[in-house]
Amino acid sequence: MRVTVDGVEVEAASGQTVAAVLLRLGRVSWRTTREAGRPRGIFCGIGVCHDCLVVVNGVPDVRACQRLVGDGDDVRTQHGAELPS
Amino acid sequence: MMRVVVIGAGPAGMAAAHAAAGAGVPVLLIDSEAKLGGQYHRQSATDGTEKFALPDGVEYWAESVVWAIEPIAGGHRVHVSTGPADGPGRVSRSVNTAALVLATGAHDRALPFPGWDLPGVVTAGAAQALAKGQGVAIGQRVLLSGTGPFLLPVAASLVDVGARVEAVLEANTVLTGWLRPGEESATTEPRRGGRHTARALAERDTTSRQPGKLADWSRQLSGAVTSPGKAAELAGYLGLLARQRIPYRSRQAVIAAHGDDRVEAATVAKLDVNWRVVPGSQRDVEVDAVCVGFGFTPQLELATAVGCAVADGFVTVDISQATSVAGVFAAGELTGIGGAVLSEHEGTVAGTAAAIALGARVKRPSKALRHIRTGRRFAAAMAAAYPVRSGWQSWLSDDTLVCRCEEVSCRELRSAVDEHRADGVRAVKLVSRAGLGRCQGRICGRNVAELAGLPEPGSAFARRPIAVPIRLAELAEADSPQAKPAELADSPETDSREGTA
Repeated sequence: MRVTVDGVEVEAASGQTVAAVLLRLGRVSWRTTREAGRPRGIFCGIGVCHDCLVVVNGVPDVRACQRLVGDGDDVRTQHGAELPS
Repeated sequence: MMRVVVIGAGPAGMAAAHAAAGAGVPVLLIDSEAKLGGQYHRQSATDGTEKFALPDGVEYWAESVVWAIEPIAGGHRVHVSTGPADGPGRVSRSVNTAALVLATGAHDRALPFPGWDLPGVVTAGAAQALAKGQGVAIGQRVLLSGTGPFLLPVAASLVDVGARVEAVLEANTVLTGWLRPGEESATTEPRRGGRHTARALAERDTTSRQPGKLADWSRQLSGAVTSPGKAAELAGYLGLLARQRIPYRSRQAVIAAHGDDRVEAATVAKLDVNWRVVPGSQRDVEVDAVCVGFGFTPQLELATAVGCAVADGFVTVDISQATSVAGVFAAGELTGIGGAVLSEHEGTVAGTAAAIALGARVKRPSKALRHIRTGRRFAAAMAAAYPVRSGWQSWLSDDTLVCRCEEVSCRELRSAVDEHRADGVRAVKLVSRAGLGRCQGRICGRNVAELAGLPEPGSAFARRPIAVPIRLAELAEADSPQAKPAELADSPETDSREGTA
């Protein structure tokens, strides 16, 4: 399947998490914090810490470590607190 | 017939489902992952296979999160959301039961240190889940730091996916946790399996760069290991460390991570018995990932929500795994950190007891009960051997974040306690904002409670009426008992509907 990451189309496999797709691309962070704008990526890896938030298909606050990719998903970096588009 | 509802499909939950189904009672098994196994038996998510089979009579809801449980007459109503994580369009359902088994497991405890919020610093469990579930290495040059034998399988998983593990740093003393209490020397006779394992290890010694150390450990093992299974598992990991030339160091930890937008180096230091840094022992190591694991924190929110009694941070259970709340049973790491085997036996007992609560007539699971007794002794020895010592608090600088979600620094937390006189969990949260973010204190709660000197640090932050974040639209669509009082007997078993945005 193919997904879009920050506007670039990439290959992904069924069962992959969004985090795994991003890490395989060499990305370690895909969110900035609300206050200090610091980069964040995966931390707990099992859905507990909510650090790895990402925007999927216009919906922010999706945990990249929990969300499995779907064909055609549009994944992009989350900047601070975002509202659904 | 009424169903037993089991929450969590790790070792404890799967065993509970098997036991209840084996007693002839239908079961609903609910789990947030796409595949069975939980964290311990995590399967590859991408290879299209399923390692576990569930017996007839078990309905399984995958990718389903329980976001609330509430009491109704004669039992509990469990609110479930099924579908892609955190997405709109999930299906909301609720199910009523008079026999609920909680097997929600635990997650790694991470201690804060300067730079722990840099990308590339992750929990040991994250590295493990990525390696086992997704075939991804969190880094190419990795340091593992923490306490307890769980660090060893994580090192093995990292090696499997091609990462170079620079060292495994054990803040306590390596291996004593595999000993029985009071048997810390090689003076006692070998137990079953012990001597063989020790000899095998000693032979490996000759190829190791650290012959002295391995030989010492072997001697400890020979007198001390409690079970052949544990000895073999340990020998396997130590063999791997030796073959891969991975140092396994006592009384050391990563006390700082450095980098601009990701971790590029870490400071490793020697620790004294209380985990304070030995002056002058710091050295910097170039790495692209640091994995930390300081024991485990049980996922208490559902147990707390239904009112289960908690002591020392774990759910209190009786011999049948019954909690203090009628019709609610708990098994696995929720009741004490004891590993997969103990969890399985507890699950068997909990599932059997839950079936009996629904009227099943079945023999008492005496084998599982026996294993639980020995398993808990081993778990107690482990807990004693791998404590978290308070010296970690001295690793923090004023600017170190203690709450990652709300970006609360150590200085701000101290100011809340010392200058604003915040006492009690609520005041500390409201004044400092620590624990108010999206993780709801799951990561920082225990650390904040200890830094602020709060009572019951293990469960101080566990009260979370909504157990996982859900979208407002889903909440609006869910059943509300206030609006529609429910009776166990006359309510529908499930109530499905599509969530929209």
